[in-house]
Amino acid sequence: MAKRKFSLIQKDYQTINYVSGPLVFVENVKGVSYGEMVDIISTNSHKKRGQVLESSEKLAVVQVFEGTEGIDVDRTKVRFTEEVAKIDVSADLLGRILSGAGEPIDGGPKILPEERLEIIGSPINPYARQEPSDFIQTGISSIDGLNTLVRGQKLPIFSGSGLPANELTAQIIRQARVKSGEEFAIVFGAMGITHREAAFFTKDFERTGALDRVVFFLNLADDPTIERIITPRCALTVAEFLAFKYDMQVLVVLTDMTNYCEALREISTAREEVPGRRGYPGYMYTDLSMLYERAGRIKGKKGSITQLMILTMPDDDITHPIPDLTGYITEGQIVLSRHLHRRGVYPPIDVLPCLSRLMNMGIGEGKTREDHRNVADQLYAAYAQGRDLRRLVSIIGEEALAERDRIYLKFADDFEQIYISQGAHNRDIEETFGISWELLSMLPVEDLKRIKKEYIDKYQIKKSES
Amino acid sequence: MIGYVGRFYFGEIIRLEEDMAVIQVYEDTSGLKVGEIVSSTEGPLMIELGPGLLSSIFDGIQRPLPELKEKYGDFIIRGVSATPLSKTKKWKFVPTVKKGDYVKGGDIIGTVMETEVFEHKIMVPPEQSGDIVRISEGEFTVDSVVAVLSGDIEIKLMQRWPARLARPYQEKLDPEVPLITGQRIFDTFFPIPKGGAAIIPGGFGTGKTVTEQTLAKWCDADVIVYVGCGERGNEMTEVLSEFPKLIDPKSGAPLMDRTVLVVNTSNMPVAAREASIYTGITIAEYYRDMGYDVALMADSTSRWGEALREVSGRLEEMPGEEGYPAYLATRLAKFYERTGRVICLGSDEKIGSVTAIGAVSPPGGDFSEPMTQNSLRITGAFWALDTSLAHRRHFPAINWIKSYSLYLGQIQGWFAENLYSDFDDIRKKAMSLLQKESELQEIVQLVGPDALPEGEKAILETTQMLREDFLQQFAFHEIDSFCPLEKQYWMLKTILAFYNSTTEALGRGVGLHQILNLPFKNEISRMKEVPHDKAVEEIKKLIDRIHQEIAGVEVL
Repeated sequence: MAKRKFSLIQKDYQTINYVSGPLVFVENVKGVSYGEMVDIISTNSHKKRGQVLESSEKLAVVQVFEGTEGIDVDRTKVRFTEEVAKIDVSADLLGRILSGAGEPIDGGPKILPEERLEIIGSPINPYARQEPSDFIQTGISSIDGLNTLVRGQKLPIFSGSGLPANELTAQIIRQARVKSGEEFAIVFGAMGITHREAAFFTKDFERTGALDRVVFFLNLADDPTIERIITPRCALTVAEFLAFKYDMQVLVVLTDMTNYCEALREISTAREEVPGRRGYPGYMYTDLSMLYERAGRIKGKKGSITQLMILTMPDDDITHPIPDLTGYITEGQIVLSRHLHRRGVYPPIDVLPCLSRLMNMGIGEGKTREDHRNVADQLYAAYAQGRDLRRLVSIIGEEALAERDRIYLKFADDFEQIYISQGAHNRDIEETFGISWELLSMLPVEDLKRIKKEYIDKYQIKKSES
Repeated sequence: MIGYVGRFYFGEIIRLEEDMAVIQVYEDTSGLKVGEIVSSTEGPLMIELGPGLLSSIFDGIQRPLPELKEKYGDFIIRGVSATPLSKTKKWKFVPTVKKGDYVKGGDIIGTVMETEVFEHKIMVPPEQSGDIVRISEGEFTVDSVVAVLSGDIEIKLMQRWPARLARPYQEKLDPEVPLITGQRIFDTFFPIPKGGAAIIPGGFGTGKTVTEQTLAKWCDADVIVYVGCGERGNEMTEVLSEFPKLIDPKSGAPLMDRTVLVVNTSNMPVAAREASIYTGITIAEYYRDMGYDVALMADSTSRWGEALREVSGRLEEMPGEEGYPAYLATRLAKFYERTGRVICLGSDEKIGSVTAIGAVSPPGGDFSEPMTQNSLRITGAFWALDTSLAHRRHFPAINWIKSYSLYLGQIQGWFAENLYSDFDDIRKKAMSLLQKESELQEIVQLVGPDALPEGEKAILETTQMLREDFLQQFAFHEIDSFCPLEKQYWMLKTILAFYNSTTEALGRGVGLHQILNLPFKNEISRMKEVPHDKAVEEIKKLIDRIHQEIAGVEVL
């Protein structure tokens, strides 16, 4: 690594007092600032990077990103760089693969930095924010039709182990378009994913030619855990640079947030902090929000940052602290269902617990279609009713149902098989509406309470015709 | 005590121990060094109160966000500052007292038109009094002296007040006037009075924020203080872009003109989030002191509790339940007790109120956690949001079985006097039907609906109407987003008329399916969409029709 030109006086310390997990305690330090970056040079002159977590008059606590193996108390040198964590950014990053800490690992040329930015970022002034309101067509009915994604939104995918969240994400990356047809630049932050998953994404990007517009941050499962703390921050810093300096539409994909949170817990435990729920630190909400809130648009700027995060719900438990805190920060969620997956439905999106909070701003006349909201509500209500009836059928049998209830039961089945299960096919919004009205035509007209009468007259598919 | 740390970090002393002070810093502390210089301002966190608060947007420690954007750009960088109220804008001050008059704390000495329709009253700060020596009419900035009292007490358009100290009043009154929200589930079933306190707990996606925003839009308070505490940035943008466009039905001015926003989004510093609640309520109390009804929306109080927890954890205090500090309940009580309907300070006995509606975000949607439970003990209304209702898109997703309002008894009299005397009766009747439904549902789950007798099936039909045609209310509908009290009454009356006539007909031996085939059912579900000016008339007609048509069904 090149020497920082502004570190005129280097302060090297050989006073490591003790090492605990990812933390190193350095004694007798002077003038160390909170959050400062640190180089740790062990005897074989191998260099590791770290960050100051705590500094007092005598002692500095340093978290080491690359793990503390090989650090010895006597000879390892610690060098304080006098700057907080920063990353070199440049538009040339597009098409490159970087380590979780932002160093190129694809064997390509060095990156000539245009700017050097603090990775911690600053909060966007809420007053400077522009309301997200542009419809993004993902080509997936259960998202476009029922939980519409808009530009500048942050929407997580709550997955379970073994569910096809990666396939879905790859499909969204492939198909996502704003109305003007502009393509997204993609900043991909991979935290603790396996080689196989990483290869899946790189291959998919290569195959679809998307690789040129991807910045890939790669922290693999066997890379140091602590590095995962900075991976999303590096990714978002690059995203902000591309979006607000180069006016790009940036889609940030972070996977897997569960691994990130585990790393957070590891550090917290090593620091002997008072644990919150399930051992995760009490500040996890704030920490996560500092990542998620970096999505958005800014008044007077053309670019935008849309975030898509994948997280694996431990044991499919949506009340687990990681999905729970995430859901409180993000603008909705897409939830995958093991039940649908087992029945061969792809994408296995369980629409009932799904939500897009910004949907109303991105749909309607001039954006998608005037009846969008009404149709979505009606589909939801009817599907929920059908799902309730399934429970009843399992007790009393289908024969005992009234005629009308049987229609709803059939509706729920068809909804899953036709509307949700679309496979790898890219559906545009018009096609989604077509399917919606086809399904709704199964129901008695007087039951379409959520839809305005004028829309029923305009769009209803008459049974005799169909 | 408040002070500066290092070159520009702003913070507050939260603990003193012999010769050591612990300071919570209202900014991100990266880059802070051991040995930085700390200086004190020798005063507690003060809030500036005066004309210009309305339609402003502040962060948790009352820095105006538009000015910050102007001065420092789109991001909030460390160590920036700006004065809360504009020190250059001039206001036209009209005195209402004259030289020689004796005035005391809380007395109004003059007025300023803060917006086109809102009269901002300039008061003598509490604890000050004297004869007016000099008072002048004219254009003034907020920090220029407009009046002088004997003893050289200068009175400016603006006063300053410590955020963590409740502003004084003469006497607390019983809250007995309802806060009309235009939302059927609240006004009819779980009303709160002006001066009351309510909480809205709910898991994510159940509609806390939409409910808070709906209440901020439609409730009949004079001033709204909206505290976005540790929540999403994009939601605040929604408020900012929507409120200026909406018209307050009471004053005819844009809603933004009666709103003060205090915004500390989740990624802004935690310590400032902790302060934001106090900043909000101090502003609310200030307008109350002028004799106005103020509603404070706090979204979400859980984030405030978490900020307390975070700070407490860093102080290495002994944790209480779920890591929250043991003094959580005390702090909450202190905050909610700043609400109320009061006789304000001053000789003219103005009556003002502060109503607080706090959203609570319980982890995992589990209401047994400390924030929800502690808030429940000190507030009077509980509006429980329900995840399963939200999943089936029943909005507002307020669970009518779990929710309650302790204020019903106190405000019943107002309803009987100002509306209809049987309002309470029909409310009780409807509620008992909904209760009955939840019992019947358990049976239906086991044996199916066909096994029920006709009379009970009629209850299920009625409660379905109650749920779908009365309780459900779409917050963004052009007509239904606000429903006047009188219309609420008649809508409920219609559904009960259906129930009564049906029970009567069933008694005659008519089959339920005969009644369900009658055409008026559709009309009931479209009641919501009838424009307000025609609503009462049309709904009355509908009731007659229901009676007639059901009475006309012949026994087969």
